[in-house]
Amino acid sequence: MLTIERAMVDRIVAHARADHPDEACGVIAGALGSDRPTRFIPMVNAERSPTFYRFDSHEQLKVWREMDDRDEEPVVIYHSHTATEAYPSRTDISYAAEPNAHYVLVSTRDDDSTEFRSYRILDGEVTEEEVTVVESYV
Amino acid sequence: MAIEVRIPTILRNLTGGDKAVEGKGGTLDELFGDLDTRHPGLRDRLVDDKGLRKFVNVYLNDEDVRFLGGLETSVADGDSVTILPAVAGG
Repeated sequence: MLTIERAMVDRIVAHARADHPDEACGVIAGALGSDRPTRFIPMVNAERSPTFYRFDSHEQLKVWREMDDRDEEPVVIYHSHTATEAYPSRTDISYAAEPNAHYVLVSTRDDDSTEFRSYRILDGEVTEEEVTVVESYV
Repeated sequence: MAIEVRIPTILRNLTGGDKAVEGKGGTLDELFGDLDTRHPGLRDRLVDDKGLRKFVNVYLNDEDVRFLGGLETSVADGDSVTILPAVAGG
């Protein structure tokens, strides 16, 4: 299950809406082992595409080092689908390589509602999980 | 002196859980070959018959080796190599 603050959900949705019709992507870091996404990091989609996304490799190195220095890990890795449902595509599954991450997908295909779903992706296997939105972790 | 190689979570099952390992070689390709003798299977996760796998990013110090010489990039004692899974999809 993913437990996430409403403010974080709002920021993911706002990022996805702002970049629509291109896919938006990013990370929410959290303390190692805490399973709590607390530090929102929007990333550049190096593909700038409505059908693909890829973290810019230099930005990723910088962000991953920063997490290392702060004893954090990527608790959430999110991206948007802009014309299809919020379900991992074949490419999403083949790239997924952070065993501890919640893979969040949002869909901006409808103007007035944003689908928000979360998955674990391990060794090519997708498991959807419940999302619990809280006002605050404390 | 050796070359330090930082290993991402997903590959630490091949390094006994170690976050960083050391190796030697004059090029990245030789370095990966050297690492594979102590961490069998590691090279195969990084390289296929066309070169570096597209699923991984490899950095020499701060530079993405795709912008250097790929597997032929020269490496030397004291260098630091970082491996990260590429984050991408559709």
